[in-house]
Amino acid sequence: MNDIDRLIINQLQTGFPICDAPYQQLASQLGLTEEMLIERLQVLLDNGTLSRFGPLYHAELMGGALTLAAVNVPVERFDEITGIINAYPEVAHNYARNHRLNMWFVVATETPEQIEQTLAAIEQQTGLTVYNMPKIKEYFVGLKLDA
Amino acid sequence: MLDVRDRQLLERVQLGLPVCSRPYAEIGVAMDMPEVEVIERLIQLKQKGLIKRMGVIVKHQQLGYRANAMIVWNIPDHLIKQLGQRISQFAFVTLCYQRPHQAQWPYNLYCMIHGKDRATVLRQLEQLSLDCALCDFEREILFSLRCFKQRGAIYQHSASDLKSHE
Repeated sequence: MNDIDRLIINQLQTGFPICDAPYQQLASQLGLTEEMLIERLQVLLDNGTLSRFGPLYHAELMGGALTLAAVNVPVERFDEITGIINAYPEVAHNYARNHRLNMWFVVATETPEQIEQTLAAIEQQTGLTVYNMPKIKEYFVGLKLDA
Repeated sequence: MLDVRDRQLLERVQLGLPVCSRPYAEIGVAMDMPEVEVIERLIQLKQKGLIKRMGVIVKHQQLGYRANAMIVWNIPDHLIKQLGQRISQFAFVTLCYQRPHQAQWPYNLYCMIHGKDRATVLRQLEQLSLDCALCDFEREILFSLRCFKQRGAIYQHSASDLKSHE
């Protein structure tokens, strides 16, 4: 990754213009040509540095629901349980963590009721207790990772 | 209120913005909507808060952010709002949430720190603990070991009833 890529990534984490020629507008802010910006962005998307380029929705305002859940997976069942949980399309993220509760995943559904249904289905299929840690309040941070 | 065209537009743009000179015109062609209307509707959806922002989602591992810590504290309820607001001000804090206390898991304040290595993350956590006087509260640090799945939430208008945001 070069300095231009870093500049593009850092800028795009803060937003993208909604106007008729947004790349041109952004390129001139960054001191690039529109062609250069479009070319580099395409490379960063193609090589997987950026996973998505588009809107970030407010899940709850869209009527959807999100929660964080955790399970304590016996070491010998780790691969099996990973397979079961990841197979649910409602599971958006899944991480192994260094704790007794060693698997943490985010469930995103279209309705709040489906959260309960999905967690119950995972409990039934795995035989493990699923701890549901729903959000009460989000404190605003500007999520931005310096490239 | 959102109309059916807003919903179709939300569904269409989540596939990704076209990487070309007139991306909103291209979306418009696909939806049979004039470019100016696409732009107008997207601006309104952003003002209503349904679109938090346009832009990129980075894969943090790809940028060298390999240490990802979730820190959880057990904070007395009367202090949590004030501490949540303070913690979220630190530049290295990438997420900060209040979640319920539970019998077997007493922690109610969660924050994420993404860093290039664990030593850096632990140093930042130390600074946070001192500055916010968090040392007396029960806490755990959970580093991620592996990421099995990372995708954005998918929106489908057909099955969900959008809430209006007045």
